[in-house]
Amino acid sequence: MALTIKLRKGFDIKLKGQADQGKCVAVHAQTVSINPPAFRYSKFKLLVEVGSEVQVGTPLLYDKKHPSIVVSSPVSGEVVAVHRGDRRVLQEVVILADQQQKHIEFGPIKLDSMDVSQLRSAVQQAGLWPLIRRRPFDCIALPDENPFAIFVSGFDSAPLAPSIDFLIEGNEQAFQAGLHLLSRLSQAPVHLGIHATQTRSTALLKAQNVQIYRFEGAHPAGNVGIQMHHIRPVNKGEAAWYVHPSDVVILGRFALNGRCDFRKRIALTGSEIKEPRYVDSILGASIQSITGGEFTDRNDVRIISGNVLTGSKVPPDGHLGFYEHQLTAIPEGNDLEFLGWLLPSYPRPDISRSFLSGWLKNRVYQVNTNTHGEERAFVATGQYEQVLPMEIHPTYLLKSIMYQDIEEMEQLGIYEVSEEDFALCEFVCTSKIPVQKIIREGLDLMYEDSMA
Amino acid sequence: MKFLKDRIIEWRPQFEKGGKYERFHTVFDGFSTFLFTPDTVTTQGSHIRGGMDLKRTMFFVILAMLPAFIFGMFNVGHQHYLSTGEFTAAGDGILEKFIFGALKVIPIVVVAYGVGLGIEFFIASRKGHSINEGYLVSGLLIPLVMPPDIPLWMVGLASAFAVIFAKEVFGGTGMNVLNVALTARVFLFFAYPTYMSGDMVWIAEKPDTYSGATALANSIQGNPGFCTTDMFLGLIPGSIGETSKLAILIGAAFLIFTGIGSASVMFSVLLGAGIMGLIFNAIALNEFMRLPFWNHYLMGGLMFGAVFMATDPVTAAQTERGKWIYGLLIGMMAVMIRVFNPAYPEGIMLAILFGNVMAPLIDHFVVQSNIKKRLARA
Repeated sequence: MALTIKLRKGFDIKLKGQADQGKCVAVHAQTVSINPPAFRYSKFKLLVEVGSEVQVGTPLLYDKKHPSIVVSSPVSGEVVAVHRGDRRVLQEVVILADQQQKHIEFGPIKLDSMDVSQLRSAVQQAGLWPLIRRRPFDCIALPDENPFAIFVSGFDSAPLAPSIDFLIEGNEQAFQAGLHLLSRLSQAPVHLGIHATQTRSTALLKAQNVQIYRFEGAHPAGNVGIQMHHIRPVNKGEAAWYVHPSDVVILGRFALNGRCDFRKRIALTGSEIKEPRYVDSILGASIQSITGGEFTDRNDVRIISGNVLTGSKVPPDGHLGFYEHQLTAIPEGNDLEFLGWLLPSYPRPDISRSFLSGWLKNRVYQVNTNTHGEERAFVATGQYEQVLPMEIHPTYLLKSIMYQDIEEMEQLGIYEVSEEDFALCEFVCTSKIPVQKIIREGLDLMYEDSMA
Repeated sequence: MKFLKDRIIEWRPQFEKGGKYERFHTVFDGFSTFLFTPDTVTTQGSHIRGGMDLKRTMFFVILAMLPAFIFGMFNVGHQHYLSTGEFTAAGDGILEKFIFGALKVIPIVVVAYGVGLGIEFFIASRKGHSINEGYLVSGLLIPLVMPPDIPLWMVGLASAFAVIFAKEVFGGTGMNVLNVALTARVFLFFAYPTYMSGDMVWIAEKPDTYSGATALANSIQGNPGFCTTDMFLGLIPGSIGETSKLAILIGAAFLIFTGIGSASVMFSVLLGAGIMGLIFNAIALNEFMRLPFWNHYLMGGLMFGAVFMATDPVTAAQTERGKWIYGLLIGMMAVMIRVFNPAYPEGIMLAILFGNVMAPLIDHFVVQSNIKKRLARA
């Protein structure tokens, strides 16, 4: 029996609009995109231009610093747009997908006879390397580094998160092949975190070539960073890799068939999606094609690529982010609320027992994007500590980042954290401090200090 | 409400940068956000936020203080009529007692809020900050720790001193080292000792012949001089809000129930006081030491301080383990000061201020142990 790790801290935010597993249809994505801002700290250069014909697996971008890292096209078709932001930084490469998909064949992958460097270069050539990320810093794994372990979190505890069991359903063999491939990419062990009671999929429960850890507890128990902290925390100078289960499937298909196949299942969630459901589509699919534009009739809807805690806002004609497998739509909260701080006019989730919601654990909420108060100085009300299941003093870490003391940040555990682990701290914060932004600023500082 | 809401939306641009009334932005912001939670939406990080904000936190603390406040008004009247020999039973002349008490207490509250908030508004608008809600609590705490006969100009002076020197010079709410309301009290205690201690100040307009000694002062002789029930219910002379342990416990239960006050701090202060009381009972060198330890809970401001002042999240220790050490330290110090130095009968005031000063150091050691653990692992 695998070890069970019980986390007592955390908070499950239960929201309206859970995706229904009974409704899952395949949808063809008319356009897909690759969004380079998803790859932190990498500077990608274009290998194609508007009008280029590409196949599944054609390299679109390469990393200036590590030219062996390329990002390949998820579909075959034509590059129709390249969007750049300030100072011509690449924002998005959009490809119009063909009806018939053509794949580049990379030849068979022999997991047992190829050595580590041959396997790494095969994955890199196919443009699948960016699926493997690292801690600290949450960026693409370095091509030559040796991680001490590779982590896969087999459940997602974020608000309205898709069931990982369901995301990999039908791809059990590819998932196992992906885990096998990961175990051969370095000498390091692969650690798979599963939920102690909710994980049902045999692909997860009976996974081979991995060490299984069972977790129990509220969000953020499903965050890979939290699991690392409890299995084997990252120390200074070390690297741990992690891969999302959907991406393990993509790697596994490559190991089995020698070609790229970026199809993945996506959850459409939130109160402003007419029928919250799953769709079988592809990495970077356009919002329009996966939702069919089926939002409720509200005027102000925020569409989020990812979940409400860590996702990013996208326009209705945008695309899902590279690492995302969830779309959330919630109403904007741009309305004044009479004495909203005292007598909320509609129920809202909060950890505080000063609200009825602090007592009703299973109530489901319709939320909006209102900040419910203004930003104030830190008042250490002990809320962060209630939702961060790590042996880290969050307020002290945040303050050390704010006064940019690199040594102290190291001592307080900056290498073990990422903004997603602190997203709940931001949610519960009485003073409405931009916690995730501060954590990222700290990581940016550390990156400049140690990696750049 | 729609009318008000539309007016606020209509007027708002004039108070913003470049608007006609830009100078009054802080004041407008303070009042409009009090009436209506603003329509700001998340722009970075988490797309949704919890409902808790500082206004709500502070308001719940005020709610928790209300029982002590209301009882305090009654008791100011009760003590006065007791000293003059009218309505000597607690249940007699309740209305008269309330009216007498209100006439004493309400002006103190008005002055404390008026002076403190005035300074806060002025400084916030000079600095272009928003108004912080912290003073809503301090402004009610200050009256509750004052003797009923305190001259109003002293309340004003002390409030001004506390807001400026305990809070604003450090950068406002969240940055202060010392509890603001206690700073106001300690300022008066040392600047005008005759108005803050002795036997004359604890009963409003009492005849000179009537003894006005508090339980703490009596205890030097080894006996509080009041029956336990009166001390628990609060029918004794003392600072306005500190006398009723029952009212304070109701507030404490509310704070713990809503999760707003730190139960760790409250329990550890009381535990510390109990431990010190028991130690003194064991040593038993003088009458005060021989007084059974539980009397300390019923006398003076120990309970009030433990529930409403030691728990101030800004000035207390911030780590969970630190809170226990901080609370124990305060409880033990409070009883020690009471017994060792009867000239300063209100030990809890000095003990909490001492705890406030020590809190960063306590936290420092707790954080260091976390750091050492991390280094040992690497």
